Amino acid sequence: MSKLGTLGARLHRGEIGYDFVGKRFIWYGISILITITAILGLTVRGLNMGIEFEGGAVFTIDKTSVSVSQAEKYAESAAGHDAIVQKVGKDGLRIQVATIDTAAADKVSAKLAKDLNIPEKDITGELVGPSWGDQVANKAWQGLVIFMILVVIYLAIAFEWRMAIAALVALIHDITITVGIYALVGFEVTPGTVIGLLTILGYSLYDTVVVFDSLKEQTKDITKQTRYTYSEIADRSINGTLVRSINTTVVALLPVAGLLFIGGGVLGAGMLNDISLSLFVGLAAGAYSSIFIATPLVADLKEREPQMKALKKRVLAKRAQGESPLSQVSAEQPYDDEDDEAAPAVVGPRNQPASRSRGRGRPSGKRR
Amino acid sequence: MAAPKKGRSASSQSKPGRSLALILIAIVALTGGMFASGHTTPRLGIDLAGGTSITLGAKSGQESAINKTNMDIAVDIMNRRVNGLGVSEAEVQTQGDRNIIVNIPKGTNAKQARDQVGTTAKLYFRPVLAVEPQGGPATPSPKPSASTSGSPSPSASKPGEKATSSSASPSPSASATSQGRPVTDALKADATPTPSGKPSAPASASPPKSPAPDPATAALQAKYAALDCTKKAVRAVTGDGVKPSDPTVACGKDSQGQWQRFVLGPAEVSGTEVKKAQAVFDTQGAAGWQVTMDFTSKGSKQFADVTGRLAKNQEPQNEFGIVLDGEVVSNPRVSTAISGGSAQISGSFSQTEAQDLANMLSYGALPLTFKTDSVSTVSPALGGEQLHAGLIAGAIGLALVVIYLVVYYRGLSAVAIASLLVSAILTYVIMALLGPAIGFALNLPAVCGAIVAIGITADSFIVFFERIRDEIREGRSLQPAVARAWPRARRTIMVSDFVSFLAAAVLFIVTVGKVQGFAFTLGLTTVLDVVVVFFFTKPLMTILARKKFFAEGHRWSGLDPQRLGAKPPLRRIRRASAPVDTKEA
Repeated sequence: MSKLGTLGARLHRGEIGYDFVGKRFIWYGISILITITAILGLTVRGLNMGIEFEGGAVFTIDKTSVSVSQAEKYAESAAGHDAIVQKVGKDGLRIQVATIDTAAADKVSAKLAKDLNIPEKDITGELVGPSWGDQVANKAWQGLVIFMILVVIYLAIAFEWRMAIAALVALIHDITITVGIYALVGFEVTPGTVIGLLTILGYSLYDTVVVFDSLKEQTKDITKQTRYTYSEIADRSINGTLVRSINTTVVALLPVAGLLFIGGGVLGAGMLNDISLSLFVGLAAGAYSSIFIATPLVADLKEREPQMKALKKRVLAKRAQGESPLSQVSAEQPYDDEDDEAAPAVVGPRNQPASRSRGRGRPSGKRR
Repeated sequence: MAAPKKGRSASSQSKPGRSLALILIAIVALTGGMFASGHTTPRLGIDLAGGTSITLGAKSGQESAINKTNMDIAVDIMNRRVNGLGVSEAEVQTQGDRNIIVNIPKGTNAKQARDQVGTTAKLYFRPVLAVEPQGGPATPSPKPSASTSGSPSPSASKPGEKATSSSASPSPSASATSQGRPVTDALKADATPTPSGKPSAPASASPPKSPAPDPATAALQAKYAALDCTKKAVRAVTGDGVKPSDPTVACGKDSQGQWQRFVLGPAEVSGTEVKKAQAVFDTQGAAGWQVTMDFTSKGSKQFADVTGRLAKNQEPQNEFGIVLDGEVVSNPRVSTAISGGSAQISGSFSQTEAQDLANMLSYGALPLTFKTDSVSTVSPALGGEQLHAGLIAGAIGLALVVIYLVVYYRGLSAVAIASLLVSAILTYVIMALLGPAIGFALNLPAVCGAIVAIGITADSFIVFFERIRDEIREGRSLQPAVARAWPRARRTIMVSDFVSFLAAAVLFIVTVGKVQGFAFTLGLTTVLDVVVVFFFTKPLMTILARKKFFAEGHRWSGLDPQRLGAKPPLRRIRRASAPVDTKEA
């Protein structure tokens, strides 16, 4: 652990770091590849929509000694067509019968109870009309779109439009990947999955926002110096918040892992499992995208700004002259000046309390 | 809101104790409130407690008919129906803009409930053939004044409710005698088999006369005799399977809330012929609250017809019963034929009563049908198991987070754990209080939301702690580090929590069903997260920063400058010689 603590310190000082922005094209490439795979999977294989979306009935029985194959026979004879039977928990069963209506479901339930020799009240039944799932899904999409619009507006106000766009791209990226994984692996999509997916919205952005916040702070007075380009500071931001990002992701994933473990291991199929599975996939994608996609994208967009182009020119010119940036560094940071050549990409204004306190309390209006 | 520019928050800086006291008082008050209200556990949803949950979707020929007013009327009616099943605590609420959700707790007949809510309500106007009260034995002639002929204002009794033509001013009825009067053959005009009322010991003053028995009505008579309106289970099935064209028996309440049983003729007017009904306050006359109805053209003719016939009869056969789902919701008396397509029902209604009646009448005209979108039945055993699993998952999640925090933040984790604890207590208490307050029920998605929220809450502390550590790395001592770290951490926390809250709010407003429960918990915990960080974590940190253990950076405090790799003020530290890109985090 102490190693990680030191790592945090070294990341903070910029002694070590990974050139996220510089290597962005690798990660863009990887992401595009994953996204294409996801979209392909989605179009070719499609999603395995659960009963809740297709209409039908799911019966769950807690305790029965009847085997799966036997239950399948019972269910098929009761329903008149194919039924899917899964084992749930220790000795529970989950029986899915597609495309039956409410009245038919009653009969099936009664017959099952008789065949399995259990009281009917012990059968948990879920009957869904086909339009209900559509409605849930439609509402979810509607919510998703409204949320995206609102969040882009909010981020554009709180940060700036480039960050809003980058965050949106990261968000779409996360959702595409999650949906793609569902299509490829063939996990069943249930209302629980939708819930999980929608939560990713908030979470994926949460992560991104924290990195952006640091980025915004560090680039406040960027035009007043000539040592670093925007991309370099962006890189520095990511590295500086890396420990926090890792911690956040770990802390977010731990409860979800608990859910997944309990949901999958103890209860078997069910709402808990569905939610936590999509959350798990989505959170992982979210952590990845906020670091590898969102911030480099902002840097890309920013570097197109004339101001930033000019800055880059100035910085490069200065470097070419090999001028010592000593004039900019406060005396209490003696190592900074020597550090410059060794780690040009990762030293940022964080080590410049002087410039930082200058910026504090001042609107960062220039780039908003 | 997101980026407060203030460098330092002076109040929380100088008086951290006050914030702490505030939040502790809040916790104590809320917890006290919880115990005082007697709801010490959150209400459980159907999926955790067991029971049946039915989602109904409204359908209509015209889209505009699916509006809030109509949905609310439908909910009222549904509520009457399910709670007439002998089910206590069945709850009916709208969800989204076109769904009604009916939750019936465990121990009920789901199939029956489903049949009840799934069908369209049937409202009919039937002539009353006989009526008698069935209250408790202590019903001493509740309405003797109803018979007072020429009484200037309608009396409080139910037979005092009168249907009048809207053009006519509410005039007292001329010929009311006391109720409980035996059936006469007055309505035989339409060849209805007349049942004989068997008023067994009616509470009224007039002694019952034995009517001439009609063999054709023997069955109905037997049914009437057997009908015990004081029993809920009996009432629930009374109206089942009766054709509108047949005479029937039914139950209803009088204005004192006593049950009475009725013999009713065949339906004369169907509720679908009611165009509009509303409660109005009679500003001119002394009639008080009354209900006006407008009929369709077909309905007006039928209504004129039946009232014309009824007006000639003696009490109670000059009354017609407004029968909703087999129950008489009102039995106004008719004094004259009402033509012209609109009528008023007056009596001494309270505003609520008038509105209820108007709603029920409107239901007949409600251009909505409902179909069952989903039914889910959860056996109590499975419900309990799910709850159990959810709690275990939450405990495991919490434990993992705590372990991680302890390992990584050492002493500092005490702050985080205490904050998580405060957050958990607040969440629990508020959930318990929201049960009775707004009908919040904890369902499985809500449990998931709460578990996921552990991460969000813990993250706020991580943001704060990392900021503090950064400041320490800059070479500051703890107190100024905390002071400097807070404004920055605060902004980050606000921005990210706002985004999270936005997601929850949008989901809550837009979506339906289980998603909503999830969104609610997520929103609640996000708000609580902000409260806890501001009023608990920060002040606690400020206070602890003065303690030696933390301030001196004890090696177990999690704030040891050496371990954090702070720049020692005097000594130069060895610089990392490795090139930047060789190491990855």
